[in-house]
Amino acid sequence: MLGQFYRFQITSVMSLMHRVSGVILALSAFGLAWWLVAAASGGEAWATASAVFASLPGKALVFLASLALVYHFLNGIRHLLWDAGWGFEIPQVYKSGYTVAALTVVFTAAIWFVALGGAA
Amino acid sequence: MSGPVVDYRTPIGRARGLGSAKSGTGHFWWQRVTAVFLALLTPWLIGLLLAVAGADLGHIQAAIAKPWNAIMLALFSVCLFWHARLGLQVVIEDYIHQRALEIALQLLVTLACALGALAALFAIGRIALTA
Repeated sequence: MLGQFYRFQITSVMSLMHRVSGVILALSAFGLAWWLVAAASGGEAWATASAVFASLPGKALVFLASLALVYHFLNGIRHLLWDAGWGFEIPQVYKSGYTVAALTVVFTAAIWFVALGGAA
Repeated sequence: MSGPVVDYRTPIGRARGLGSAKSGTGHFWWQRVTAVFLALLTPWLIGLLLAVAGADLGHIQAAIAKPWNAIMLALFSVCLFWHARLGLQVVIEDYIHQRALEIALQLLVTLACALGALAALFAIGRIALTA
């Protein structure tokens, strides 16, 4: 693949992932709106929505959305700090990049630990 | 006869059509404003969703109906769909190079995001005022 001929940089890969996670989150926003409308409707609509969210594909999509949310949230803060003029030197860009990657795993794991009743 | 290409249009003529829409830094600025609000509200939203995960409908409605939860959720929904619209707009601008398709997609995304935000606001309002 491309990796044989091209050495990827964390900078470009994280930039691309910010965009991909953003598109995933835009689609997830409609999932949230659908969930809210179902909760407001009750009855049949709520039964359908909760069945979809409880199904295996539904859970997988919610997991993907949570991963995208945590990444986009953390990398978004990185972007806002750049906008404020902080962290533009290359060593800092790499350091903040690895920090975002590590914290994405930690935060997503923590969320699902709580969601699956680990802290209950 | 092949001299430099001269543009005989007046400055106002060039600005019309695909020229300045006078929005300037508007896109950049509102993307950041909504980003800051979403960054502040996202931890709260995750907390709310975790608190109601697996609960029955009555508990979920009661949680959404709490005044500050309803207000924050409404603000979050507006910022979310607004931010999504601004982000998708740039993705479409960057990758779709066929003018008619690009405009059609921009209209579709704008309409979908407006509908999504309105649906979320309606649902939150209905739960908050009737639950």
